[in-house]
Amino acid sequence: MKKVFYTMIFLLWSEYSIAADVISGEVKKPPVNLTAISMFILFVVGTLFITYWAAKRTKSAKDFYAAGGKITGFQNGLAIAGDYMSAASFLGISALVFASGFDGLIYSIGFLVGWPIILFLIAERLRNLGKYTFADVASYRLKQKPIRSLSAIGSLMVVLIYLIAQMVGAGKLIQLLFGLDYNIAVMGVGVLMILYVTFGGMLATTWVQIIKAVLLLSGATFMAFMVLKMFNFSFEALFVKAVEVHDNGISIMAPGGFISNPVDAISLGLALMLGTAGLPHILMRFFTVSDAKEARKSVFYATGFIGYFYILTFVIGFGSIVLVSTNPEFLNLNGDVIGGNNMSAIHLAKAVGGDVFLGFISAVAFATILAVVSGLTLAGASAVSHDLYANVFKNGKPDEIKEIRVSKITTIILGLIAIGLGILFEKQNIAYMVGLAFAIAASTNFPVLFLSMYWRGLTTRGAFIGGAIGLFTSVILVVLGPIVWVDIIGNSDPIFPSIYPAIYSISIAFIASWFFSITDRSSSAVIEKSNFGPQFVRSMTGVGSEGPSSH
Amino acid sequence: MKINDRYISIENSSKFQKLVKRRNTFSWFLSSIILIIYFAFILTIAFYPKLLGIPVAQGMVTTIGIPIGLFIIVFSIILTGFYVNRANGEFDRLTKEVIEESLK
Repeated sequence: MKKVFYTMIFLLWSEYSIAADVISGEVKKPPVNLTAISMFILFVVGTLFITYWAAKRTKSAKDFYAAGGKITGFQNGLAIAGDYMSAASFLGISALVFASGFDGLIYSIGFLVGWPIILFLIAERLRNLGKYTFADVASYRLKQKPIRSLSAIGSLMVVLIYLIAQMVGAGKLIQLLFGLDYNIAVMGVGVLMILYVTFGGMLATTWVQIIKAVLLLSGATFMAFMVLKMFNFSFEALFVKAVEVHDNGISIMAPGGFISNPVDAISLGLALMLGTAGLPHILMRFFTVSDAKEARKSVFYATGFIGYFYILTFVIGFGSIVLVSTNPEFLNLNGDVIGGNNMSAIHLAKAVGGDVFLGFISAVAFATILAVVSGLTLAGASAVSHDLYANVFKNGKPDEIKEIRVSKITTIILGLIAIGLGILFEKQNIAYMVGLAFAIAASTNFPVLFLSMYWRGLTTRGAFIGGAIGLFTSVILVVLGPIVWVDIIGNSDPIFPSIYPAIYSISIAFIASWFFSITDRSSSAVIEKSNFGPQFVRSMTGVGSEGPSSH
Repeated sequence: MKINDRYISIENSSKFQKLVKRRNTFSWFLSSIILIIYFAFILTIAFYPKLLGIPVAQGMVTTIGIPIGLFIIVFSIILTGFYVNRANGEFDRLTKEVIEESLK
């Protein structure tokens, strides 16, 4: 039981996971769902049309990486929400509410509270200092080559690990929803994503995310509305009925022991907050708006949409307890939900809206995955072309046309790798991957980015060693932890007892950055510290940052 | 004027220092509110989960954990709105003054 708990927590630990019973093991092939497929084709045709439109407007590097900096705060807020509200948060969190009630809310809150912190401490400075990637900011006054290389490796690892998790999840989910073959599903996702990103760049990616966010929010709103309508919009009446039919009765209304150890609790909290602030594809979105003012507005809208969405998933979870767990149409012979708990929201769609709405929600789930993988791939391609190619190999003086070409080639390569790994990992347990990606983001990208903006004393040596130690620590602690060491490798006891390494890996990254900075006696360290002043002025005022007019 | 000279002159201006002080106080104040609320919530779950399981009123199924949880979500949204409102007004005005001053 404990293992099941661990796995579930770990999966829900991140936005981007598809919960356990979807990804583990083989999926039985259901009949082909024609409504869902036709709705999905509509989405694909629409987004390809947008890609064609975007391609004509994507010429410069700034267009490709940052949609020309012309996205408004509201649009960007929706796109961020589209990046963040994955199929996993929709299916996974409502499944957790379905299985244990209140506990689902704990995760929703953890995912949300990182956003105000990003706004108060990160967003404006990031926008004022950076151009296309967060490495622009991290390396602003430090040595370009080491810091860019480290950031690019951190970004690529996060992106690749996420992509695997998304691809495998996508394959299984599509198999379940549409009755398509796993390999075809994975290839379809990969090819579409390559098309969006290579031709349409950030502009197309942004619009795919916006459309998906609108579809997902509308669908979820409809479901929550229908559930609440049944109970005359009384939460109490809904809860009374849920408690009556749920196996665990009244205990679903209180925390159910998912987090019992305070160190784990804090570690999880830190990982959720700081991991979000270190995700390369999320940070990249802040460069698509014209200035700090729009960046701020983006976070406000994003927080609003994401918060609203989590409240909806909570209602949807309780609605599924009442409408799905009691309806034999959605249960197998053992009384379990067909397709696993993660399908409860999908079944609820059928219960409240019939076959057409079921098709709509299935298509939205597919669109959701496409939007997330496109954002990830673009972030990975930018790390290679902008950070590695342009600034490490070409010393910051690349030919812009060639830089974009490198980016597009990288997109195709990343897409092919994602397809390959997606197929390779079909039957593997990938539960640890998402947590690993979050841990890396929180322990490598975040400390370097944060300290470079907030601490005058940070030097190249400190940032590089600190970030690298954070990276190794998070990887090693995940490998030695209960999921990889025990569940996957098959040892009897974990060497590192917790599934939440973040508190350790983040602390050690910060301490190492501090220690190797203050002991740095090099002459370049003196210059780097003295450059903090000008950097600080720019980060606070935006003087010298790339506005839309510079284009 | 070279951009670096401009940065130095801005850094030394009293208006800029005022802006920095106000904005930093405000950002860290709001951040600590969020951190305190969130970790109080998480630690309550770790140490006293029963506390959140108390019914809102006698005879009701809804527990206080539900409104508290929903409150944290809504409060986070309100707090970001509050920040954006002050930043887009007062702070941006000050920033503009600082920038204009530096161009003189």
